[in-house]
Amino acid sequence: MSDLLAALPARGKIALALVVAALVSAPLLVDRYVLSILLLALFGAYLGQAWNILMGFCGLLSLGHALYLGLGAYASAALYVKFGIGPWAGAFAAIALGVAAAAAIGWLGFRFRIEGVYFSLLTIAFAEFARIGFDNLPWLGGAAGFFLPVRAEEAGHWHNLRGGPIFFYYLALAMAAGALVLSTTLRASKLGHAFLAIREDAQAARALGVNVTRVRFVALFISAAMTALGGVFIAFWTNNLFPAQIFDMSRSIDIILAPIIGGVGTLFGPIVGAFLLVPLGEALTEALREFGLNAPGAKALVYGFLLMGIITATPSGLWPWLARKLGLMEKQP
Amino acid sequence: MSGPDNEPLLAVIGVVKRFRGLTAVDEVSLGVRTGEIYAVIGPNGAGKTTLFNLIAGAVAPDEGEIRFAGARIDGQAPEQICAAGIARTFQIVKPFPDLSVIDNVAIGAMLRARDMQTARAQAGDILRKLDLFDKRGQKAGGLTLPDRKKLEVARALATRPKLILLDEVMAGLRPTETDRMVAMLRDINRTDNLTIVMIEHVMRAVMALATRVHVLHHGASIAEGAPAEVTRDPRVVESYLGMKAAH
Repeated sequence: MSDLLAALPARGKIALALVVAALVSAPLLVDRYVLSILLLALFGAYLGQAWNILMGFCGLLSLGHALYLGLGAYASAALYVKFGIGPWAGAFAAIALGVAAAAAIGWLGFRFRIEGVYFSLLTIAFAEFARIGFDNLPWLGGAAGFFLPVRAEEAGHWHNLRGGPIFFYYLALAMAAGALVLSTTLRASKLGHAFLAIREDAQAARALGVNVTRVRFVALFISAAMTALGGVFIAFWTNNLFPAQIFDMSRSIDIILAPIIGGVGTLFGPIVGAFLLVPLGEALTEALREFGLNAPGAKALVYGFLLMGIITATPSGLWPWLARKLGLMEKQP
Repeated sequence: MSGPDNEPLLAVIGVVKRFRGLTAVDEVSLGVRTGEIYAVIGPNGAGKTTLFNLIAGAVAPDEGEIRFAGARIDGQAPEQICAAGIARTFQIVKPFPDLSVIDNVAIGAMLRARDMQTARAQAGDILRKLDLFDKRGQKAGGLTLPDRKKLEVARALATRPKLILLDEVMAGLRPTETDRMVAMLRDINRTDNLTIVMIEHVMRAVMALATRVHVLHHGASIAEGAPAEVTRDPRVVESYLGMKAAH
């Protein structure tokens, strides 16, 4: 927390305080629809932070983060439905499963020097294994999906994450805030500097005493654990899981778009990116409906062009540009 | 602490390294005592950088043994060797380009510093010694080549080594900068009793600093001794110095 405030000049602190105040009071100010968009943006910011720790800090490009999301979701959902174990306890199992999968990928990748794009391909492969595997796992519904029961008598059982939209909104806000604090603390720590050193030049990092393999594992574990925890959220929020959705490549791409648009390796980039992309996607859907454009792919096409425009205008991301324009950062961390 | 009294701080014993049939380092042996400034010279392709890579753990020798402070280090990982007290610079500089100058050096210092604050304070002290303190906030990628050379030295020193391997850190420096670097290295050598092993083409620096010189040619040792003595050796003149003079 202190690291976060230390990174911001006075103007940045005021801006942050205003944003936090607005987000905390949002349920009183906006309707359910806008609140659901804010929730998605917060959740996107959370997942973006998780991915950004791995790629933005440590330089490891994962294109299969849906793997950890799906494993976390299925683990906690299965424990709840099949064994009556609540999501808070289930979260530990979700994280354990996510980290175990990360350990397998890391072991293959770091042990056998599968680096760069080949590491990225490895992450895609594992996400695809999981998708196909869960598609063929009748115990958890297979391709037909796995559903969490929504019972009226359980309403308000927040200890089992059985709350309403406002409950989930605040949960997403807490997770996004927690992820920001964690990222900032990491970024300022010795471990965070080891991440950065590896991203910049692994050989030089080793020569300075950084155990590159161990530190890469740590980055991967932190990122996987956070994403798996996000999976618990998504399972109990949506109450339905389909392998073709949660493990899908497009899900992995969704996770990484916000930090890329916002600024890879920056602390606020994932947040700025998510708060741009989620409403943009929603607005596009609305606008296309107004114009009666229902052709499949129309949204993806327009969305794609907009992203290309943003990336061309600010290649290092929106946040560094925004922070410079508004004087929100003394130096861009 | 350099083990038994008769054992040098760094001992390279009959080390051989081959790359696909090419013998880059051919049965090289040398011993460097604590506090020495030891220069390795020789024409391009003589195997000097490979020798450094072997000592620093970037590559493992095919034959022979490398000992540091009484313990075998050959085959260990670079980070283990750095932790044991050998720091190195890279001939082709390897800054962390997107990080600030002070963060570059602080990453070296954090090996032995409790936290980043301490590491950064130590980094600041080292940057002052190398006249880089005023540029501490700049990104390392934007530095001039001489400054990047200095940054390599600063970062290696920040790991608080007992022995430092300097790979052509004078190359590209102007004569005045060379003199400053020579003075700084001599100062650190005296005050901190830092042992220095340097690969150097700038003979002005070698003659000014080195207590002993080792000459490599085609991977093999052809001479070793005091600088004045070695530079008179006919084989050295023929294979290296003569060639340099002709340029």
